[in-house]
Amino acid sequence: MRLTCPICGERDRREFYYVGDAVLLRRPDPEASDVVWDDYLHNRDNPAGETRDLWYHEAGCAGWIVVTRNTLTHEVIATELASKVSEAQA
Amino acid sequence: MAELIAKSPCEGLLPIECGGVTLSELPSMPITSVMAHKGREKALSQALKDAHGMALPQPNRMTGREGARAVWFGQGQVMLIGPVPNAALAEHAAVTDQSDAWATVRLEGAGCEDVLARLVPLDLRRHRFKRGHAARSQLQHMNVSLARVGDNAFLIMAFRSMASTLVHDLETAMKGVAARLSS
Repeated sequence: MRLTCPICGERDRREFYYVGDAVLLRRPDPEASDVVWDDYLHNRDNPAGETRDLWYHEAGCAGWIVVTRNTLTHEVIATELASKVSEAQA
Repeated sequence: MAELIAKSPCEGLLPIECGGVTLSELPSMPITSVMAHKGREKALSQALKDAHGMALPQPNRMTGREGARAVWFGQGQVMLIGPVPNAALAEHAAVTDQSDAWATVRLEGAGCEDVLARLVPLDLRRHRFKRGHAARSQLQHMNVSLARVGDNAFLIMAFRSMASTLVHDLETAMKGVAARLSS
C-alpha cells in the first residue's frame, strides 16, 4: 500500500504508523458526560467500505495525516494533514 | 577533572571505498535545528538570507552550498549545517544545537543510486531526485535524511547512536552493487 503524504508526496506504507480512527480529532468538551467520553475513547465503528483513519508519517515529515480509504477495495481516496482538518473543525 | 576525548560519530569506520563508490564522514561542524515560530517563515527566511546567504528551503528541498547548507528536515523543521547560527535567527525560530546528535556521511560515485536503491524506498534517480532535493525516509529500518549534493553524491544523516548500523548497511549494499558489476 502507498499513501500520499500532503507534504512528502507518495510514499511506501512502511514509513507510516497507524494511529486509529480519525474520530480522535473530534475531542469532546471536557465537561461532557461520561457517556460521551466513554464513546469517544472506546467505541469504534468497523465499516466495510469507506473509513477515515489517522496515520503518522513517522519516517518522513512527522506529519499526522487523515487518510480516507475503502476497506473493501483498498482504494486510498484522499489524504489531508490532520492539523488542517482540526483547524477546519474549530 | 577527567579529560574527555572528542570522537566523531563514524570514527574508525570511515572512509571506505567499494566498486567506485566512496563513503566518507563529513568533518565536524555545527548542526542546528531551526523551527520557525508560527507564521514567521518569511521573516526567518529573510534572516537566514541576511546572515548566511541562503533562503529557508521549501519542503523536500535544500538551499545553500558546500559547507553552509539548510536542509529541510521535516514538518516545520530545517537543519542548518555548517555555519554557527546567527543570533537573529532566534527572533523568528526555535534554534537548537544538534551538532553532536547526527552521523553525517557522504556517499559518492557513479553507482551511488544503485547502492541507495537497495536500502531506501524512494525513487532517487537523478531525473526525479535532483540536486538540491532533500527527503526524510528510511534506510533499511533507520529514519534518515537524504539530500542530493551532486550529480553522483548524497548527503545522508542518521542519529549518532545508529552510526555503525548506518555504515554497516551502506557498506553491505556497496559490496553487493560492486559484486554485480564485476560478475
